[in-house]
Amino acid sequence: MDIIRLKNVKKQYKNGTTAIYDLNLNIEKGSFVFIIGGSGSGKSTLMKMLYREEKPTKGQIVVGGLNVAKLRNSKVYKLRRKLGIVFQDYRLLPKQTVYENVAFAMEVIGATKQETRIRVLKALEIVGLKNKVHSYPDQLSGGEQQRVAIARAIVNNPKMLLCDEPTGNLDPEKSIEIMKIIEKINKDWGTTVLVVTHDKEIVNRMKKQVITLKEGRLVNNKVKGTYDNENT
Amino acid sequence: MKILRMLGRSIRDAFKSVFRNFSLSLASISCITITLIIVAISIIASYNVSNFTEEIEKDLTIVVFVENDATEEQIETIKERLKDISNINQKEIKYESKKQIKEEMQKESDIFNAVMADWDEKDNPLKDTFQIKVNKAEEISKTAKQIEKIEKVSLVRYGEGMVDKLIAAFESIKKVTYGAVLALILVTIFLIINTIKLTIYSRKREISIMRLVGASNFTIKTPFIVEGMFLGLLGSIIPILIVIFGYPALYDKMNGYVFTPLVNLIHPNPFIYTVSLMIAIIGIIVGMIGSSSAVRKYLKV
Repeated sequence: MDIIRLKNVKKQYKNGTTAIYDLNLNIEKGSFVFIIGGSGSGKSTLMKMLYREEKPTKGQIVVGGLNVAKLRNSKVYKLRRKLGIVFQDYRLLPKQTVYENVAFAMEVIGATKQETRIRVLKALEIVGLKNKVHSYPDQLSGGEQQRVAIARAIVNNPKMLLCDEPTGNLDPEKSIEIMKIIEKINKDWGTTVLVVTHDKEIVNRMKKQVITLKEGRLVNNKVKGTYDNENT
Repeated sequence: MKILRMLGRSIRDAFKSVFRNFSLSLASISCITITLIIVAISIIASYNVSNFTEEIEKDLTIVVFVENDATEEQIETIKERLKDISNINQKEIKYESKKQIKEEMQKESDIFNAVMADWDEKDNPLKDTFQIKVNKAEEISKTAKQIEKIEKVSLVRYGEGMVDKLIAAFESIKKVTYGAVLALILVTIFLIINTIKLTIYSRKREISIMRLVGASNFTIKTPFIVEGMFLGLLGSIIPILIVIFGYPALYDKMNGYVFTPLVNLIHPNPFIYTVSLMIAIIGIIVGMIGSSSAVRKYLKV
């Protein structure tokens, strides 16, 4: 079953640049997919359209049964509750503790205190930060901050985890740590994972499905792909 | 249950955020405070002006002189006809016969007494009168004209000219002060919206993260609106203190009037509490409007 379906999707920004030309793509439930491509390939735009930060100019996008292209502004939260999103710059709240940052995602959907507590501690355990619940983000290393962000993304048990350059700010060692956590979530919970990256090392090492974009077009979709120079 | 829980969270977050963003909160609060002080002063001024004009207007009297040859029955009909005019205050129609007037005048001065002492009923050149108060002072001349048409009424006097001008002046003073208060409140709203926009701008990131983790617009807006109301309430504390302690002090110092005992100030109790309540409500509403309009901008993708 496909959890993501794109049909004839085109995205043109207001300044006239076209980021995506006529993209057709299906992603199966439970899969682990890398989206790679050079800068300007449209991979970030694709990601933004999946969580409805951007609307496609043309075409149809269905994510987890929701027609994203037609989703009204005030209903965007319905989509976001099905997704966990991780960014390169972590996007944590600096004035809140690790616990509060993760609990935030539970509170805004109206979970009870006990439920929040159980789920937050579980999520922090998965990312290996149970001993740092009372720290503030600026007291943590980059890798640890990204792990908090992952905990926040998975705390309400989303169907999909979207990661936009999750290791972009980290050294290779920490990057692998982060990817292992993401892989574990994919395996243990069956969460569909999409990772946008340009980190060759990781893509080659993990041997997952790789979708390659080039200048706004899909050029390659391999089940066990690698990051070839010719693709970029 | 869920709504209650989220409302509780909104209120808790609002309080937390006031203290966590203390310097910006202080900026908003002081902006609200200063404008509310000005609003409070203009409310007090406009209430006093309209109170004063109303008091003067209440004292306006129309005197109706009855013709000398009117019989008692005719006087009774005049009274009935006066009662039919809607602008006339029904309870304040006072009849005085010329005999009563003569006696009153005699009491007032020795000279009158000497002159009038030997007038008898037939010689008395004075006229029977009705003294009338009106409900709407601005319609006094129209009412006077209506009275003139009544049979056996010889003269109607209310201090024409002078009174008309005075009433026109009062009406325009009232309009000007109401306009000033309204304009001030609008300026306050505008100022507060801008200050709160500043505080919310600094939390753009927080709002975008809330949207990312699946908060509905309602969930995002509520804490900000509660915070705006809270800021408005905090901002109204000093203006309210100024009203509660300042106005009675002013009242005592002026002995309750401005320049002449004719121009009375409104008694502080319960006036200051009414004004305080108004200030608090204006503060809360303005804070609410300010923050909800400021946050709306960031709720579009």
